[in-house]
Parts: sequence; structure tokens; C-alpha cells
Amino acid sequence: MAVTKETLETLTNTEPARPRWLQAAIDFTRKRPLGALGAVIILLMTLIAVTAHWLAPYDALATDYGAMLASPSSQHWLGTDAYGRDVMSRIIYGSQTALIVGLGASLIGGTLGALIGVASAYFGGRIDLIVERFMDVLISFPLIILALAVVAILGTGLTNVMLAIAIPMIPRCARVVRSSALAVREMPYVDAARAAGFRDSRIVLRHMLPNVMAPYLIMVTAFLGQAILLEASLSFLGLGVQEPVAAWGLMLRGAAVEFAETAPWMAIFPGVAISLAVFGFNLFGDSLRDALDPRLRTQ
Amino acid sequence: MMKRLASLLTVAASAMLVMPAHVHAQKYGGELIFPVPSEPPSYDGHREETFGLIHPLAPFYNTLLRVDPNDRGGTKPYPSIAESWTASADGKTYTFKIRSGVKFHDGSTLTSKDVKASYDKIIFPPEGVGSSRKGQYADVASVEAPDASTVVFRLKRPSGSFIASLLSPYNFIYKADILAKDMHWYEKNIMGTGPFTFVEHVKGSHVVGKKNANYWDKGKPYLDGFRAIFIRSSSAQVAAVRGERAHIQFRGFTPADRDSLKAALGDKITVQESPWDCILMVALNHEKKPFDDKRVRRALSLALDRYQASEALSKIAIVKSVAGVQVPGTPYATPPEELEKIAGYWKDIDKSRAEARRLLKEAGAENLSFTFKNRGTPMPYEPLAVWLIDQWRQIGVTVKQEVIEPAAYYTPLRSGDFQVAMDFQCGYIVEPDLDMYKFLSVDRNHANYGRYTDRVLDEMYDKQSSATSDEERKKYIRAFEKRLLDEEAHYLMTLQWHRIIPHSSKVKGWTVTPSHYLNNTLDVVWLDQ
Repeated sequence: MAVTKETLETLTNTEPARPRWLQAAIDFTRKRPLGALGAVIILLMTLIAVTAHWLAPYDALATDYGAMLASPSSQHWLGTDAYGRDVMSRIIYGSQTALIVGLGASLIGGTLGALIGVASAYFGGRIDLIVERFMDVLISFPLIILALAVVAILGTGLTNVMLAIAIPMIPRCARVVRSSALAVREMPYVDAARAAGFRDSRIVLRHMLPNVMAPYLIMVTAFLGQAILLEASLSFLGLGVQEPVAAWGLMLRGAAVEFAETAPWMAIFPGVAISLAVFGFNLFGDSLRDALDPRLRTQ
Repeated sequence: MMKRLASLLTVAASAMLVMPAHVHAQKYGGELIFPVPSEPPSYDGHREETFGLIHPLAPFYNTLLRVDPNDRGGTKPYPSIAESWTASADGKTYTFKIRSGVKFHDGSTLTSKDVKASYDKIIFPPEGVGSSRKGQYADVASVEAPDASTVVFRLKRPSGSFIASLLSPYNFIYKADILAKDMHWYEKNIMGTGPFTFVEHVKGSHVVGKKNANYWDKGKPYLDGFRAIFIRSSSAQVAAVRGERAHIQFRGFTPADRDSLKAALGDKITVQESPWDCILMVALNHEKKPFDDKRVRRALSLALDRYQASEALSKIAIVKSVAGVQVPGTPYATPPEELEKIAGYWKDIDKSRAEARRLLKEAGAENLSFTFKNRGTPMPYEPLAVWLIDQWRQIGVTVKQEVIEPAAYYTPLRSGDFQVAMDFQCGYIVEPDLDMYKFLSVDRNHANYGRYTDRVLDEMYDKQSSATSDEERKKYIRAFEKRLLDEEAHYLMTLQWHRIIPHSSKVKGWTVTPSHYLNNTLDVVWLDQ
């Protein structure tokens, strides 16, 4: 076949191919700008958390009793709290707490929920019935109530708070993942694996679980925002992480409430940080759900 | 005739001037509503040590004696179940005349047998029965009830603080027959002789009491009832008073709360203030390493800049003065210039912290880290904990705070399941015997959460208690203080509290005292509405 001059020109003018991830990101941004905005907020938050040590102008724990309740100024951009601690530095370090608790709780809750959901769907029958009814019981409690109960049993502290938030998320993730796993269970390759004599654990972990990753990822992302909010709520109630750890919810309680009228910056800026983070994760989670939903993809 | 009339009028007018205004003005009726920041761990006053028990439960009981409800100093003895008392010439025998006509809420009559049984439980508790104030009665040899209306306390030696120790608002008089059957009955049940009868306790919510129509003090109480509502958050307590959904909170508010309430409600709010016979202390568990080493304990005290804290924290919390073992300004308190000689009270904080680091290094505890257990009562536990942790950080000590809800707080303290914990000393009356017995060896006082035995300290306590002159007593108190806070550093003191009670102007008949344990029987309180 002869190569025409036009064909040659077209070929030489083609831009070099972009990496696949970049192309996917560009497509995602074009199709879902709000989701991209969410992703930018998350990236920014992650960057701040990782570089907190270099970024924070002051030690987040250092008190300065000469600068108690100082209003925002060139020395302290976001003011100081009742102990003279720099609010901006505490917000920057607080992003670490929010991300650790948020990611930790979402991953623990989401993963356990996914495992339970897939196993329940795979075994079916009486096991499925019992597991699902138990999940119904757990899901009937509002997130915060169940988290409060768990904290009451385990006590306060970072690890316990993470568990307290993760446990209420298990049934929610299990239910969603189970519905996808029910379809996967009927797939020929699952039958084939069973016929080949593989153990149940291998079928669940290696053949079914990877095929329900889409709902799993959506749930984990959606939970992240909720987990950050829940951590802030528990800390605000005095049941989450404890002073002097820098945490956004903790910054909203105690003196922040007492001095809300005379030193509003103590509550406003951590409140904005919480709102932004939850907003970002919710936007990104929603968009990710839309992007991975096959029904919406075809529209 | 005119002369006689004029003199009669003069006498009448003088009598009216002398008579307190409130005598004429009491009104009956109404329900007093007050938030309580903490809930009672049990109902047994003999065992517990928290206002969380006193505020909601004191109105159900009487004590043998009480503090005069109109005495702002909070030290004047006043009759209660005992209508009078005498002391023998040698000061070793006290005889109390028990009031007749006092009925328990179940209708039975109170006799001296009930007083004896209650005090036997407090002073000589059987194995397994908790008594937090047992140590205050170390001088009591026996309690006797020779007849139905007489109680006799026999002392091993004269004690200047014995009558003061009977003013304890915790020493509820229980029914002897009940105690004979079950010494733990009062931990879970309420039944006294007080001006109010128990209606209900909904855990986490409220305690309700209604007027005792058969109260022995005729004409009292004035209120129809009371409702103690459990609200932990100080901002919610302030909001309740601001919104006129509660009349008073008996423990105390912060300076900021007082100012905001006064600004919002003006004349509808009355503010009463007083120095507060309370101090938060740090209990260092001597049974846990490295806190068995006095160098480590001293270092932790030397790290604290108490003078800076006094200036700074008094702006945001209910604390103020730098103090030793006595409330500053009271007769036996150490003068400031002498206090400055004690380790941890030096004015030169750099020198103090350098010494602290040296001691930690010498003790091999340079990178010391521990968990600090704190009570989940925000004010002033939280600001003081933040301050302590920051101060210790400055000598290289890493501290993690664990906050425990108030009702469960004493479980780890009593069992010794802690390294370092916040403890408190709140007196119902300023008296060295009562204020210092807290620090006696653990076998003499189970509420010594440092869990140490120090016989030298015990001996100093006994000597000051039996001292015959003020100067001699002061000498022993100073020596006790030096050993407790400096040489051995068994406990670390923080700052003395300052009590601020902004309450609804409708509340009458209630007087602030240096103790938030006093004046909670509510028999003299009334509502001007």
C-alpha cells in the first residue's frame, strides 16, 4: 500500500502520546470538574500533612503565655489559642491527625466490610442470612451513636478512635459490596474455581474480592470524609484524641467555645479546615462513584 | 407614755436593723434547677470524695453538725442532728445531744444508735467497706451511744480539729438497722433524714428530690423540690443559666463565663466569689518505675513554672494562687518568700529546669515518657493538664494524656493502674489536720494515690496535730511541706482554685464559701419568684 503525502503529514503531526494516568486524569477533570476540585483539595491536604514539619511556622505544641488569645497578625496569621499556641501550625499538624484517622478508619472499616460482604454473598444461605441480619442491627445505629458506644468501651486515644469510626463503617460497606459480589458469585470463573477444587478462602480472596474493587473504592473514598467529620465530632465531645495533640475537632472545644465571642478565630479556622476536607472528599467520592458506575458511564 | 412608746419604737426599729433581711423575705415554692458537672460514682457519701455526689445527694441527708449556712468563711460549726455538744476538760471526750423528732424518710425515728452506726462505718469500716475520711479520725478511740439521745466520742488524745472534722458534708447519718444488714446498701440506695426525699435518678440525666413534709426543722425547706441535671460541658452549663433553664451551678464558673453571663443578663445575675479550698495535684505512683525514684519526682516538680502559670492560667481557668499545703492567706499557709525556697517554687525557672534535666540524667530517665491520666471534667483539669504536659516537654519528657470520664476516674486511682495521674485535694474547711491527712502513708489513708509509705511524714503530721501553740504547729507544718513537696516530692501541687458563682438573682438564702462541698443541703435556699 502506497503511503500518500497526506497520510504521512497526519502521522508526523500527531502529538506524542500522554501517559495513561495523565490522560485518565485529564478526562476525569473534563467530565467531572467538581470531582477534580475535590481531588485537588485532597492532594493539597495530603501535601500539607506530609510537609507539616517544614510548613508550620511554629511548633504546634509550644505554648506562649505571652501571646494568649492573640488575634490574627503578621506573627500569627490565624491567631493563637488560649495557651498561646499558633492556630495555623495546629491546623497544619491537625491535617496529619485527620488523614491518619480518616484513612485508617476507612481502610479498616472498608476492608473488613468488603471481606464480610463478599464472604456472605459467596456462602449464601443461612450464613448470609445471619451475617446480614447482624449487619442490619449494626446499621440501625447512627454512625455517631455506635462510635460513641465503641469509645465508651475501648476508651479514648488515636487508635481507639480509629477503631470506633471503622466499626460503624463495616456494615455499610459490607452491604454495598455484598450486592456486587452476588453477581460475581454467578460468574462462570467462580464456578470453574469451585469445580477445580479451590478452597473457599482462595475463591473469596483471589477471585471474587478483586472483582468488587469498584464499589469498595467508592465506599472507602466516601467514608473518608465521614471519618474525618466523625473524628472531629468525637474530639469535640472530648472522646477522641486528647490534648495536646493537634486535631481540628479538639481545637473547636474547650476554650474555643468559651472564648467564641472574644477570640472567634480559635473556632473559625479549624471549622473551615474540617469543612474543606469533608467537602473535598465528598466531591471526589461522588465523582468517583459516577465515573465507576456502569449505568452512568453509558449515559 | 410618749417616752415609752418612743423607746418601744426605737427597740423595734433596732431589732429590724439587726435582724438579717432574709429572715423576713423567704418565699415558699418552686423547683431549684442546677447543673452538676459530674455524676456520683456511688450513693455512699462515706466512701466518695466528689462534689458529683454532694450536689445532688446532700439534700437527702443530715449530718451530726454542719457549717453555719450563712458563714462566708465556711468554718463556723452549727447544730444539725446534734442540737448541742460539750467537751470534757481534758479535751478527750465530746458529748452530743441528739435532736428529738428527727424521722428517716421511711418514717422511722432517728436515735443515737444511727449516729453511732454511721460514725463506726466512717471511722472503723469493716474489711471491704470504703471510707475516704477514715484518716481524719485517727484520734478517735470509740463512739458510744449511752442512751437514745446521746452520742459520746472518746479520743485517744486531745485534737484541735475534731469538731471541724465533724462538719464534713459527706458524713451522712444512715439508718443503723440497714447498715447492720448490709454495709454496702447505701452505695446503691438513698434514704436519709434530709429536707428533701429522693424521687429518681436517671443516670446521665438528672436527680430529682421533693420537699420532705415531715422535716424536723419546722418551716423548712422553702423549695417544693430540686432537680440536679448532669451536664459535663461547661459551655452547656453556662448556656443553661444564660437561658434561665437553670438557676445556679454550685461548683463554679470561669472568669470568662462570669463576664459573659453578667453582660447577657445584667441584674438577673448575682455573682458571689471566694477563694477556693481546692487544688489539683499530680499523683506519682511510687509503685511504678521510675516514679519510685525521688530524683525523677523532683525533676517533674522542678520543670513547672508555677508563677507564670498563675498569671496566665488565671485568665482562662478557675485557678489563681501559687500554693503549698495550705490555702494562701490562711493562718497556717507558708509565706510566699518561704515557699520560694522549695524545689519547684524557685523564681529562676531556667535554673530550676537545668536542675530537673540533671536529676533525670542522674536517674537514667533522660528520655522519660509516660501516660498522664486525667479526669474528664474540663475545668480546670484540662487547662492544667495542657500546662503540665507543656512544662514537662520543656525538660525532654514526653507525655500522653488519657482522659477518663469522671464516674470511672477513681477506679484506676484506687487500683494503682496508672503511672502519673491528676488528683485533687478539696477541703470542706481550711484546717491543717484535714488538708494534710491526704498525704499520710497509704496504710493510714487509702486516698493517698501516690501509694507511698513515709513514716517521717506521718510523724510530722501527728506532731503538728497535737502541737500546743500556733508557732509550734506552724514549724511542723513547714517541715511537713518541705518533705512532701521538696525532699521527697511525693506529690506535685499545681495552683489554688478561685471560686466564682454567677447565679440567677431569684436564688436567695445561699451563701458562697471557700468550699464547693458546703451549703448544698438546700434547706435554707428559696426562690424569689
